[in-house]
Amino acid sequence: MSGRECDVLVVGAGPAGIAAACRAAECGRSVLLADENPACGGQIWRAQHAPALPPAAVAWLARLASSGVEIVAGAAAFDADPDAGLIRFERKFETLDVHCRRLILATGARELFLPFPGWTLAGVFGAGGLQALVKGGFPVAGRRVLVAGSGPLLLAAAGLLGRHGAKVLGVIEQTSLANLARFSLQLRTLPKKILEAARLAVAARGAPLRTGWWVAAAAGAKAGLEWVKLTDGWRETRVECDLLACGYGLRPNTELAQLAGCRVSAGAVAVDEFQNTSVDGVLAAGEVTGIGGVELSLEEGSVAGYAAADEPDRARAHFAARARYRGFAAELERAFALRQELKSAVTAETIVCRCEDVTAGRLGEFRSWKEAKLGSRCGMGACQGKTCGAAAEFLYGWGAGSVRPPVTPVRVGTLAGDSVPR
Amino acid sequence: MSETVRIILNGAEREAPADATLAAALLGLGLTRFRNSVHGEPRAPLCGMGVCLECRVTVDGRMHVRSCLEPCRQGMRVETDLP
Repeated sequence: MSGRECDVLVVGAGPAGIAAACRAAECGRSVLLADENPACGGQIWRAQHAPALPPAAVAWLARLASSGVEIVAGAAAFDADPDAGLIRFERKFETLDVHCRRLILATGARELFLPFPGWTLAGVFGAGGLQALVKGGFPVAGRRVLVAGSGPLLLAAAGLLGRHGAKVLGVIEQTSLANLARFSLQLRTLPKKILEAARLAVAARGAPLRTGWWVAAAAGAKAGLEWVKLTDGWRETRVECDLLACGYGLRPNTELAQLAGCRVSAGAVAVDEFQNTSVDGVLAAGEVTGIGGVELSLEEGSVAGYAAADEPDRARAHFAARARYRGFAAELERAFALRQELKSAVTAETIVCRCEDVTAGRLGEFRSWKEAKLGSRCGMGACQGKTCGAAAEFLYGWGAGSVRPPVTPVRVGTLAGDSVPR
Repeated sequence: MSETVRIILNGAEREAPADATLAAALLGLGLTRFRNSVHGEPRAPLCGMGVCLECRVTVDGRMHVRSCLEPCRQGMRVETDLP
């Protein structure tokens, strides 16, 4: 076991965490930035395989490199004790205990996956999931890919896949054209976002965008996916493809914050104007406080970094920009609200909990998430309900349960590195 | 072209991009069974970012390693579940 001390510990090295770490370090604080990935950048600025990172990413990563921030990559946080100012990580199969005066949680978001028959086949990925794997070096040149689900991420995924030589057969967006058109009008108030939207639209050129349709099923053999069935609730169509990238938007990664005792509201960590959570000394920034995109994450990270460094005036300078991007986030949520018909893709045989192979038929016997966990082991497997929990919430309206350490699976030896009684 | 490393996949020597994550490299090699589900069905990566644990494999004797978070290294021994 090893230990570290710092003024400010930032967990999560995406845009929010990078901005927070840089700001606090630039105020003279000792800062440690930890992430479970092998490199900084988060999902959106993930070290990319072929194409260059966007200019903002290059600038922030360069700033981080010269900031004096100590970067600890490959470290998965599994326990938090805010009273002791302690966060525990597993890194290279060993325990790393970090003691800090202030903690900034920038743990980001994950994709929402909704089950459908065949979603456990090889070749079926999340939309951000396939994007991440391609950025990680999965070659997709010449592969036939269908992108489906909901949200602006679909266009970004289609663009990236196209640039890597995949044959993108289409982008299937569950929201209606009317919702999408209303959303596009709102973009006018945010110049930077318009540019982004245009860039994404161009990137998706050649791949037809179909709105008001969704995945009803996927099918294939042992070797994986062969075709996908799409529906608009009335009609059905079959698309032969090699890969399916399907995700229904993003959900905040609140587990570590919950473990630290932070109040969570509507699925996101609740924060005040200085990004303080309900727990003294613990701040949160970026998508863990609500889904809003990279610009909002940078502004929230900046506020949190300055606030953690006791520089409230410098934090306030970012309030106006943050408010603007929060407005955009609200529009985003309205535009891509999930239609209830998505539930009808699930049959009795459809697996909902992939870790424990629990079907929807089985889950129909229960009235709550807790009952389902106790009665069927749903959400009790390796991912600890991080995949099926949000799906069950959408399908059955069940609220999420409590969180217990470790929030990510670790070795017994890592836990045994325990020197702090709790 | 990027450099490659040699990995041992289920006892056989294979080439993988040096700068790839292990999950990406294994997908590139055509692997469709990373692990077996509790009912023995093949499973492969879903989330690509360390959340779903579908991509877990054994690396250098250590079980349940999330291959999407693991960089490829020269000589690493990788075992997947088999049918």
